Amino acid sequence: MQAIGLAPVDWIIIGVYFAFVLGIGMYLRKFTSSKEDFFLAGRKNSSWVAGIAFLSANLGALELLGMTGNTFKYGMYVAHFYWIGAIPAMLFLGVYMMPFYYSSKINSIPGYLKLRFDEKTRVLNGISFAIMTLLVSGINLYAMALVLHTFLGWNWDYSMWASAITVALYVALSGLMSAIFTEIIQFFLIWFGLFLVSILGIIEIGSLKEIITRINEVSTQVSFTTLWSTSSDPTKNGMFIHWSGIVLGLGFVLSFGYWTTDFLVVQRAFSAKDLRAARMTPILASFFKMALPFIVILAGLIAIVLSDDPRSGFALLHDGGTVNYDSALPLLIARYYPSGLAGLGVTALLAGFMAGQAGNISAFNTVWTYDIYKSVLNRNATDAHLLWMGRVSTIVGVVLSLVTAYWAKSFPSIMDYMQAIFSWVNAPLFATMLLGMFLWWITPNGAFWGLVTGMLSSFLMYMGVKFHWLAESVMTMSGVQSDMATNFWRAWWAWLICASVTITVSTFTKKKPKEELVGLVKGLTEENLDRHLPFVRRPEFYALISLIVLIVLNILFW
Amino acid sequence: MADQKMKPIWYFVGLILMAMGGLIVLSGIYQLFNPPAVTTVLAQTHPDIWWGGIMMLFGGTMYLKTRK
Repeated sequence: MQAIGLAPVDWIIIGVYFAFVLGIGMYLRKFTSSKEDFFLAGRKNSSWVAGIAFLSANLGALELLGMTGNTFKYGMYVAHFYWIGAIPAMLFLGVYMMPFYYSSKINSIPGYLKLRFDEKTRVLNGISFAIMTLLVSGINLYAMALVLHTFLGWNWDYSMWASAITVALYVALSGLMSAIFTEIIQFFLIWFGLFLVSILGIIEIGSLKEIITRINEVSTQVSFTTLWSTSSDPTKNGMFIHWSGIVLGLGFVLSFGYWTTDFLVVQRAFSAKDLRAARMTPILASFFKMALPFIVILAGLIAIVLSDDPRSGFALLHDGGTVNYDSALPLLIARYYPSGLAGLGVTALLAGFMAGQAGNISAFNTVWTYDIYKSVLNRNATDAHLLWMGRVSTIVGVVLSLVTAYWAKSFPSIMDYMQAIFSWVNAPLFATMLLGMFLWWITPNGAFWGLVTGMLSSFLMYMGVKFHWLAESVMTMSGVQSDMATNFWRAWWAWLICASVTITVSTFTKKKPKEELVGLVKGLTEENLDRHLPFVRRPEFYALISLIVLIVLNILFW
Repeated sequence: MADQKMKPIWYFVGLILMAMGGLIVLSGIYQLFNPPAVTTVLAQTHPDIWWGGIMMLFGGTMYLKTRK
């Protein structure tokens, strides 16, 4: 089953990476003396540093393997996750939402909910986010061990413990700053470690045009090489989805829910040195995000061409008769990378896993310390005590992730449930944030009950489909189904339920005085951001360029 | 602590890319003179040498620009 063999030079390269991240953690320890340093990286990062970290926090190796595998399964439609499913939301965050987040000097997203609504909404979101983060972190750890075991033959326990201890050490030493440093190193290692797969694939097959032509020759009924032209008929595209599902479910709810409210990524923007840098953070990240399909989608398309050609000798692995789509990228690494480069490819995957883990843990320690511990358990905690609690919760978070990872190992089906967690927590939260940030009359009780019903309805829809109480066609309004289409539509309905309940309850419950909402709600806040700057230096200008590039890419691959 | 300035992240990125690129180039040169029994697809283009070289160049530039 093992796909990649490693030579001594590969092990040296992997060793260099581990030594480096631990060394950086120890180096940064000297500069981490206050809670501001630990939880917000001192609020001194440039928009480039915060922007790359913002993107990298989401760029786990699981995503790289999964999206390449998904491209093999669904075709180029997976690029929607990187383009319409990310860029509009990132630009919206930078242009419209960041001023409210950054200017209110909050430490976390639940912190904003406390200022805008009340303590119970903050605690509800804090607890659900903390649980989600730990579960995702543990499942990532489990998935990492699974990948390393399958493709490299490494021991499960050693893989999980070695990476968990490394992450615990460097995050406990210097908090968000070392998480951000390793995320940026990971970003460069991923590009240098994996983009070569696409380059060598194009060299082997001939050209990008040849790749598309050869896929179209084989799959004549369903399109694997277009983005929109087959989206009006779900039976004609690999994802079996209508364009309205992509736009409403992925492009609107899931994307905005993740990129504008998930503290894991937004925390990186909070580390920026000033408001302009914070606004530029997601806007700069959007350019890098748009480039990622040239690694993952291209690699997936190359894998399709090679597996359709019997002379290539390329075939995905099978687990008990089921195709292992995640094996596409590791198998391409094994196909093209000689010793030395193979070590770099494996290091890129390891860096992705560990940076993803560090991102989850640094977000967890902040939400735990500020939104649960200080808010509920110890309201009079001193700054020094909170810094200590941040370090302790890092270690505890990693230990709990390990417990979750072993739990997942003994119940493999839990992986399945994890994919839905984002739509349980983030999709309704986006409705709460959007309404709260743009309509002053949304009340604390409206937000709280909207959030409760939104989360509950998303959970029930997921369980309903899982245990056949609810037909998928009711949710997707389509005769053909795919897991992806169901996920998109469930997120849309959860968002709609949360928004409806929030508005309805707000109509009948007590509103907050307008003066308490200054700086938190649009229309009650002075808006002359960056007006003193020439237009070419304003975040809006770069957001406009990003939007134009997005439109051009979508037209090119229509 | 206060009188010591923190090195920028680009310094560390440059250092690690230079170190890894150097190792990959050296490994490529070794394999040029001692070809392995089983070769990878497109091994004749020696991707380890030119890609490792690009990494070294990129990392070296970042390192030199930020070391002070």
